[in-house]
Amino acid sequence: MARHTLSVLVEDVPGVLTRVASLFARRAFNINSLAVGPTEVAGMSRITVVVEAEGDLLEQVTKQLNKLINVIKIVELTTEQSVQRDHVLIKVRADAATRLQVTQAADLFRASVVDVAIDSLIIEATGTAEKLAALLSVLEPFGVREIVQSGTLAIGRGAKSMSDRALRSA
Amino acid sequence: MSKGSPISPALVAARPAPPAAPARESAPVAPASSVRGPNRVVAPTEMLGSAAIVRSLEELGVDDVFGLPGGAILPTYDPLLASTKLRHILVRHEQGAGHAAQGYAMVTGRPGVCIATSGPGATNLVTAIADAHMDSVPMVAITGQVSSAFIGSDAFQEADIVGITMPITKHSYLVTDAQDIPRVLAEAFHIATTGRPGPVLVDIAKDAQQSPMTFSWPPRVDIPGYRPVLRGHAKQVREAARLIGESVRPVFYVGGGVVKGHASQELLELAELVGAPVVTTLMARGVFPDSHQQHVGMPGMHGSVSAVTALQQSDLLITLGARFDDRVTGVLASFAPHAKVIHADIDPAEISKNRTADVPIVGSVKEIIPELTAAVREAFAQDRPDISAWWRTIDHLRETYPVGFAQPEDGLSAPQQVIKRIGELTGPEGVFVSGVGQHQMWAAQFIQYERPHAWLNSGGLGTMGYSVPAAMGAKVGNPDRVVWAIDGDGCFQMTNQELATCVINNIPIKVAVINNSSLGMVRQWQTLFYEGRYSNTDLNTGHDTVRVPDFVKLADAYGCVGLRCERDEDIDATIEQALAISDRPVVIDFVVSRDSMVWPMVPAGVSNDLIQIARNMTPTWEQED
Repeated sequence: MARHTLSVLVEDVPGVLTRVASLFARRAFNINSLAVGPTEVAGMSRITVVVEAEGDLLEQVTKQLNKLINVIKIVELTTEQSVQRDHVLIKVRADAATRLQVTQAADLFRASVVDVAIDSLIIEATGTAEKLAALLSVLEPFGVREIVQSGTLAIGRGAKSMSDRALRSA
Repeated sequence: MSKGSPISPALVAARPAPPAAPARESAPVAPASSVRGPNRVVAPTEMLGSAAIVRSLEELGVDDVFGLPGGAILPTYDPLLASTKLRHILVRHEQGAGHAAQGYAMVTGRPGVCIATSGPGATNLVTAIADAHMDSVPMVAITGQVSSAFIGSDAFQEADIVGITMPITKHSYLVTDAQDIPRVLAEAFHIATTGRPGPVLVDIAKDAQQSPMTFSWPPRVDIPGYRPVLRGHAKQVREAARLIGESVRPVFYVGGGVVKGHASQELLELAELVGAPVVTTLMARGVFPDSHQQHVGMPGMHGSVSAVTALQQSDLLITLGARFDDRVTGVLASFAPHAKVIHADIDPAEISKNRTADVPIVGSVKEIIPELTAAVREAFAQDRPDISAWWRTIDHLRETYPVGFAQPEDGLSAPQQVIKRIGELTGPEGVFVSGVGQHQMWAAQFIQYERPHAWLNSGGLGTMGYSVPAAMGAKVGNPDRVVWAIDGDGCFQMTNQELATCVINNIPIKVAVINNSSLGMVRQWQTLFYEGRYSNTDLNTGHDTVRVPDFVKLADAYGCVGLRCERDEDIDATIEQALAISDRPVVIDFVVSRDSMVWPMVPAGVSNDLIQIARNMTPTWEQED
């Protein structure tokens, strides 16, 4: 099934994330990732959700989300028309013998080392999901101890602002 | 307005609608807003949150509320006692308050209001809230919540009712600040009654009820994420008219949305202009008169052969406020296979959810239908399709396969006959409220409905026990109408405690218990699909059983009039006797055959083409052109 990235502008009120997340669960829609945070407009948050859905199902997802009173606006962001990034922190085994190799690998992906211990490193990287998967496969042979990853963040290219337009139409 | 004296059915038709409640004080009226009610201006006044709840309800134009107090809502019941505008009806179980609010809303078109305390009080409302959600009933449920400092601590009678009801409400609020009360209640009423109606829950913490606040009216209602579309897209309306102008087998597929949208007059005009057959779904019975020549019945699992076949053979479904429910479509892939679909609905999510619409029109049927009528008139001015061959097909089906029933072989009365006579002797001005099961289907099939808001039932959720409390609410909303609860012996035992509420509050409903001594619909399925293995469907309430409970004694114990009817020859006299009693509720134990089954029937999981008119009997289809 195709992946789609939806940007959902919501009122920043208690329970709004639950409403969005539980809607996916009860309508049996699959969420791939979900990220939420405040926007430039006070009282408004933005949820970026990546779903696996096609045609009619995606339309249903969008329509059902729109029925939630706290949801203000939804747009689908295509990979061509938007910048999409994931963020990851990876704890890798690295001792005196392998440390240099690990840091060089990180450099290749423009990732940075944010913590160093005697036998491990923490690497921080930002990029598309594909790039991060590639980084991970390079680091795997050294021994990945722990991974923590954000949901995808996405923003439309160009000068237009989603919240700006939503507020004007409101 | 709800304390009216009961009158005979013959007088009901002649009576004008009861006038709206007069305003208590003459205050200036605020400019048009999203706030319901008369929008009187109230200057800032100091009061407690609890008083603000009562005052908000008054300002919103609420007359009647159904509820039951408890610890967390106790502060609100104090100012409620002093209110001269609100009539609070004390129920015996919160589920009864919920269904009563539904029944009230269904007959009046105004939001029903129910009140319960936290924890178990709130969870007892859950079934009614889910029911209102499925059937799009405008309802506001107010619950008390434990004090905000205790929320999340598993306090006494704490339940996360906002969380519990999230999937079954249109929206919900948790109020912890008294100052928010007027705005939240105004928003709740706005959301419940506009767009696709539905239940809204307002959970109010006890400390918010007890805190001082400054009340003013009307509050500012601005919900940026809620802008229901009312007007249909003009281009889509023209396209729909074009399809109607080309169709030779059109059918109006009319759902409950036309009832909720109060668009029966508009529908009549459009239907008569187009001249096409009209089917009314279970939720729409009465929105188009049954007696009208164009009405061909109810579609669906227990629909008439003419209605089911009209949809199956149609080339164009003019769908108005209906949602292609599985009980209507049968196996979706084989539903109306040759039809193009015009789908008008106020809820965009219903469009193409089950059946893809060729011409979707989002908006209120109240606005869309007149525009469509105008557009069709224009299209017909050019050319008008000949649908006479279509009518010959439909008329042939109607004559060959009328909805009927067989006399039971055990010598007991046919339940269909009882229900039919209740309808005939009461007349179309009555209100008929059913439970769920066989009696529900028979009440949908054998009572002639001539007006909207006369038929209430639990369609989407299928809630057994809906009938008595919903009839109670309907009677409060329409005190001058005869209100029948047409119930089953199973359903009746789930909620009959509200008879006490009816007696004490002078709400003289009439209850016809169609007593076949079993969970009849389940038994029917066991007969048909489980080789007659009657697992746990025997209720021992009927003929040749111990009769536990004895419904006549039970009625008597509640202070109702209890009647029993066991023979065909007594049916009319018993109904007449009940119709003559107007000073208290009447319960009639109609002892009927348990072997009567609901026909026609489309067995689950097959195409509507396989409709059976009796067991293993399908209509003979003639070769059509």
